[in-house]
Amino acid sequence: MLRGKSKVLVTVLLLVFVASVLGGCSSKPKTATDNAANVIKIASVTPLSGSQAALGENIKLGAQMAFDERKAEIEKLGFSLQFAPQDDQADPKVGVAVAQKLVADKDVLAVDGHFNSGVAIPSSEIYAKDNLVMVSPANTAIGITDRKLPSVNRICARDDVQGPLGADFAAQDLKAKKIFVVHDKTTYGQAIADEVKARAPKVGMEVVGYEGITAGESDFSAVLNKVAVVKPDVLYFGGIYPEGSLIIKQMKDKGITAKFIGPDGMDDPEEVKIAGQAVIGTFYTSPAADISRTPKGKAWVDSFKAKFGKEPSNWSAYGYDAMNVIIEGLKKAIETNGGKKPTRQQVSEAVRAVKGLEGITSTISFDEKGDNKGAKLYVAEFKEAKYPPTVVKEVNAGEFVK
Amino acid sequence: MEQFLQLLPQCLLDGLTLGVVYAIVALGYTMVYGVLELINFAHSEIFMVGAFAGTEVLLYLQTYGYLTGIPAPVALVLALIVAMFLSGGMGVLMERIAYRPLRNAPRLVPLISAIGVSFFLQDAVRLVEGLWKNAFYLTAPSIFPTSIQISANLRLPVKSMVVMFSAVVMMLGLHMFVTRTKWGKAIRAVAQDRDTSALMSINVDRVISLTFFIGAALGGAAGTLFACQYSLISPYVGFILGIKAFTAAVLGGIGSIPGAMAGGILLGVLESLGAASLGIATNGAMGAEYKDVFAFVILIAVLILKPSGLFGEETGEKV
Repeated sequence: MLRGKSKVLVTVLLLVFVASVLGGCSSKPKTATDNAANVIKIASVTPLSGSQAALGENIKLGAQMAFDERKAEIEKLGFSLQFAPQDDQADPKVGVAVAQKLVADKDVLAVDGHFNSGVAIPSSEIYAKDNLVMVSPANTAIGITDRKLPSVNRICARDDVQGPLGADFAAQDLKAKKIFVVHDKTTYGQAIADEVKARAPKVGMEVVGYEGITAGESDFSAVLNKVAVVKPDVLYFGGIYPEGSLIIKQMKDKGITAKFIGPDGMDDPEEVKIAGQAVIGTFYTSPAADISRTPKGKAWVDSFKAKFGKEPSNWSAYGYDAMNVIIEGLKKAIETNGGKKPTRQQVSEAVRAVKGLEGITSTISFDEKGDNKGAKLYVAEFKEAKYPPTVVKEVNAGEFVK
Repeated sequence: MEQFLQLLPQCLLDGLTLGVVYAIVALGYTMVYGVLELINFAHSEIFMVGAFAGTEVLLYLQTYGYLTGIPAPVALVLALIVAMFLSGGMGVLMERIAYRPLRNAPRLVPLISAIGVSFFLQDAVRLVEGLWKNAFYLTAPSIFPTSIQISANLRLPVKSMVVMFSAVVMMLGLHMFVTRTKWGKAIRAVAQDRDTSALMSINVDRVISLTFFIGAALGGAAGTLFACQYSLISPYVGFILGIKAFTAAVLGGIGSIPGAMAGGILLGVLESLGAASLGIATNGAMGAEYKDVFAFVILIAVLILKPSGLFGEETGEKV
């Protein structure tokens, strides 16, 4: 379209523009390198956009709160500490790309994240290559720490302790003799249901049924008819709340009096909306519980609200604890390195060595895999048709780890 | 065996309830196939739209306190009417926009268009409900909460009876309409031979629109009944149910109205019995999770022995 002369002109203008941009870039690092030796960055990686943005934002704010509280401790040692929140969009591909970016930035010494186990697993492989320490606030999948990566740690409890806890709670607290196990045929639901089934005979319960349902369906009467006939004391459901809540409702319709127990997939306010009054008297186990039920947690929730002007989620406290562990480890690493900037390897070792740190959610020490020995598990009961339910039992997850 | 006999009455009852819902949805598939030889895969979304429309009416009545004031059957009829008109209108619109321009295209083309409509409706409902209610899982208020204990192993919820009663009324109504009225005769004529009926001064376009309206209105009514029976609905609720209803239509012989009714009820009962008996018959090796396998094996068996389905006519000429 352009004629010869104007083409030349445009090309020249473009070249000038590109040159000026490049020049601008190359002049910047010079000033930055002067104090780069003293910059330390801590990243948080959670979904900040997309359908899980609200959850990710809450964890990030928890991390930021701990960061702001303890920033001065590191700055006293002569370092400039920066908080670098990242967005993984709850997508493994994006998570890995973010991980590569963080590994490339040599000032990043620790990562607080991710939120989704499916994102955390591939991303942590990238961190592990360069010993960049990751402290996971919320990943419950067993694969996170079962790979025994020295740089990967987690604050919350593992998935495989929920099944045994559910079975033990049924046998010991509910005095159940017969248990009926139902699952939704998903990796998550069936794995937990299998754990319950394996544990039940060991704690003196007879498994009187083991059946699967299809996630997405709405009519579970076929399975529940069987339940009605064999009359178990407890029905354990391994699955998520849309089906679980309908099962609760349909149990009530059919006049089944067995107690209902589910895993943390049932931990959602929607459960009350779907099941209605039938939800009263049902239980679920979860690695997270209402933080504000203890005085210490209540004080923390209040300061969170004062700082950010909104309610924290249950997982915010885990983001907060993860950041605290990181800063604790970082401080130790700086001390052992004689006040100089530590390497990633040193920070990673120092974080793993953190012992007995008093957090909001638990007292944190890591075992050889990186699981938190102090992680707690909760059993919650709906005493009325209102979310969140009441915590009726609190156990140490370590008791159930195989 | 003893355990199975204990289960049997309740299984039959639950199977029948589910079966009549399959049957009404299957009618939509079979009627459209009858006149156009098109498998309208968006019909499951019409069902979903009906479920949402009916639930919204009931929720509206609940929010403004009318639900306690008026008798439950009146509330249900109100919800059914709104749902039937809305989804019926949606069916006509769908035919006008997505199928009529493609009527003479190769047969795969309207099939793709149907899948497109299906995606569009799912996400449109998700968007509207998301903006309006900030949640796209809806829980219908339970308007018939009581149930009657007949014997130790048989419990009859009032809502199941309501679902069955409404379904039977609708099926009888449809049967009367198709066999006894002029418009019904026109629908049958177009189903037999579209060109010849046009020559006999039947307005084919209008008959096709009418068929879509009736099929979609029935689907919408089924959606409302489904929401009353099972309470939880989402924009994706039509998917599995749609596949089952389509299976029911094929089982009964696609294109045949009595076939769809029988196929739906048969499929519902088979599923329910399969779920109850598989675990007992195989001593726990195969549980209720294989109920769909059981139902589909029966379908395959029927199709091998009688490819046109249970009530289908041998139509070798139709290509």
